[in-house]
Amino acid sequence: MIAELGHFALILALVMATVQTAVPLISAHRSNTVLMEIGKPSAIAQFFAILFAFCALTNAYITSDFSVVNVAENSHSLKPLLYKISGVWGNHEGSMVLWVLILALFGFTVAVFGKSLPPTLRARVLGIQGSIGVAFLAFIITTSNPFLRLNPVPLDGRDLNPLLQDPGLAFHPPMLYLGYVGFSITFSFAIAALIEGNIGPAWARWVRPWALLAWTSLTAGITLGSWWAYYELGWGGWWYWDPVENASFMPWLVGTAFLHSAIVVEKRDALKSWTILLAILAFTLSLMGTFLVRSGVLTSVHAFAVDPERGLFILAILAFFVGGAFILFAIRAPKMALGGLFQPISREGGLVMNNLLLSVATATVFLGTLYPLFLDATTGQKVSVGPPFFNATFIPIMIPLLLLMAIGPMLSWKQGDLASAMSRLWFAGICSGGIGILFWLLNSDKPFTPIIGFAIAGWLGGGALKELADRILLFKIPLLNSLLRARGLPRSAYGMTLAHLGIAIFVCGASADSAWRSEVVFNAKEKDQTELAGFNLKLQKVDRLKGPNYETERAHIMVTKDSKIIANLYPERRFYPVQQMLTTEATIYSTVVADLYATIGEGDKRNGWVLRIWYNPLIPWIWLGCLLMVLGGVISLTDRRLRIGAPEKKTGNYKTVELGTEHG
Amino acid sequence: MTPTRRRLTFICLGFLSLLVASALALTAFEDTLVFFYSPSDIKEKSINTDKQIRIGGLVKSGSLRKSEDGILVRFEVTDLKHSIPAVYRGPLPDLFRENQGVVAEGHLSKGIFRAKTILAKHDENYMPKEVADSLKKAGKWKGENKN
Repeated sequence: MIAELGHFALILALVMATVQTAVPLISAHRSNTVLMEIGKPSAIAQFFAILFAFCALTNAYITSDFSVVNVAENSHSLKPLLYKISGVWGNHEGSMVLWVLILALFGFTVAVFGKSLPPTLRARVLGIQGSIGVAFLAFIITTSNPFLRLNPVPLDGRDLNPLLQDPGLAFHPPMLYLGYVGFSITFSFAIAALIEGNIGPAWARWVRPWALLAWTSLTAGITLGSWWAYYELGWGGWWYWDPVENASFMPWLVGTAFLHSAIVVEKRDALKSWTILLAILAFTLSLMGTFLVRSGVLTSVHAFAVDPERGLFILAILAFFVGGAFILFAIRAPKMALGGLFQPISREGGLVMNNLLLSVATATVFLGTLYPLFLDATTGQKVSVGPPFFNATFIPIMIPLLLLMAIGPMLSWKQGDLASAMSRLWFAGICSGGIGILFWLLNSDKPFTPIIGFAIAGWLGGGALKELADRILLFKIPLLNSLLRARGLPRSAYGMTLAHLGIAIFVCGASADSAWRSEVVFNAKEKDQTELAGFNLKLQKVDRLKGPNYETERAHIMVTKDSKIIANLYPERRFYPVQQMLTTEATIYSTVVADLYATIGEGDKRNGWVLRIWYNPLIPWIWLGCLLMVLGGVISLTDRRLRIGAPEKKTGNYKTVELGTEHG
Repeated sequence: MTPTRRRLTFICLGFLSLLVASALALTAFEDTLVFFYSPSDIKEKSINTDKQIRIGGLVKSGSLRKSEDGILVRFEVTDLKHSIPAVYRGPLPDLFRENQGVVAEGHLSKGIFRAKTILAKHDENYMPKEVADSLKKAGKWKGENKN
């Protein structure tokens, strides 16, 4: 019964979304300010209807209602509660419900918290957001109904893929969706602005909190996914340039560019059409990711059941929204007023370079991701584009970006002075050299290339800190006054510093891991031992144990250094009888400077087991760096300017001599 | 600087960076593109290259041999028409079994495929698309392997 109600709620949501699309868009066009307001209640109603459907599906999972096909195929009565719940979005149908739930959530937040938006703009944003909802709800109802019943009812379910039964993965999809579905709202804002033909600093300020929320969640989602892949797949790496990883990384790159170019719109009323284009592109890439994952063109752990009909449907949605957006853009963008002027060497110029490099980087990732699909479709030749391609293209583009990241914030708006910016960066220079030399001395026996990464990271980190120090005039005025200034600094300034520092730390981790990791593979019987990176590793014993829905072989590896016990590692090899599947459970001993990462392979008492142990230097820094970026996003979100939403008074940010606007 | 000049500067910069990126991508493609072959491709087109390639097919039944130390593995990759002997050093992925699909990356040397990586699979039903296609090409495809 509840399942039927859930199905009904989805249909109700579709009706609400249709109302939310049609009424506000038409009445905004006719300047009917009363009817326009219908967008608000219908967005709220749509959200609650989908929430109800989502809860109904979750209920079916928790109560193990195997009369629902979706539950029977993806759940099992013995599964722990957390994985029963996360199983809701561990499959195509359920994850689509989560997708539209988040889509509606963003509409809901605009309806409820968007009080400071002009009513017409809000109506249009809600209308566009509603139309995306219509498309995807129709998709769910016609091709992917999660509430389909099954007769006869099976005694038990088929269980969720054991790899997905993991706490990291429980939260990875919701975060990721919050991110890339979140770019739907910046898309809606962009389209609404194009319809109105009016975009300026106020628009950039309105769109910023949502863009930040989407970006922060996407960062967290990608990090969780990468972390999950690292410890769950047992391959020892954290990023494989797998097409599905790239599908989430491209919207991140473009979203990052958007966050930066929106600053230029906000502060200087320039780069307007470019910013709109980025908003459209970010969501386009999100939709493309959805298409790649759900159409069966890719085979990976993310790819759900292959169904060409679904792929075609999503492709049609993609074509409609992207095509429509670009046509509108082509018509309206040239009419937009040209904004404030600036010299190439200026804060704006720096942000343009940031955008340029990020876009080009996105293009190379796009090429590497889609080229194999393209070649297969046109010639039937099968190729794979792996990490070497991305290392050879993506990294050379990132290096100038990272170098510029320290310089850009030092330049003043409109017309910067490169010489004075560079002279302020002496501290970054010292950090760069210092960190580079320090790590080189510590690792003189290892390959040199990561040192370049460390030097760049030092430059970037030092630059970020120096920029903050200059803002509060640290050591230039009495310390107390500096602290007072620090308190008065907008939170977005701290957000930026943290995010840039996060990148610096991330770069250290990624550089070290790229060339300094070492591994040992050995066949061990009980009590056998080996050496790795100065550690002594001894296989104590291997136990056979039983878990709630699996059986396992668990090794006990004792790690010692200079005959002191450092850690005990317990890698497992699990067998899930319901799915007839084996999984490797790596164990990781983490310190600030490195991870010891152990997996156990096939074997038995007589012949021994194959153990594979990695020494991964600085991997924890990768997670720490990502965490700082997320934290930076969160702190920026709490900036007072965003909460109030009222236009900021024009204070000494730049000389307020407006140059005449020109049409061009 | 006039608005037109400014625009021109940035457009030029944009093109320049795209140019650099394309150059990077093209040279990278040259060296890093990994082609996929089935055992029949290798035998019939007598492919002989020292470049990194991928091969895929089924692990021939009865061909899996482990060395004394359990780390060196020999097996044959087959599309049921031709097969190629392969060697690999290291622990095998969880789902590596005889008669199961496999994709390996490595290089050919004297007719033997030296695998550097065996691509891991995520579930037991998963048949790599490349393998399914090469079986189809060899005319040995027996319907959908799913469920």
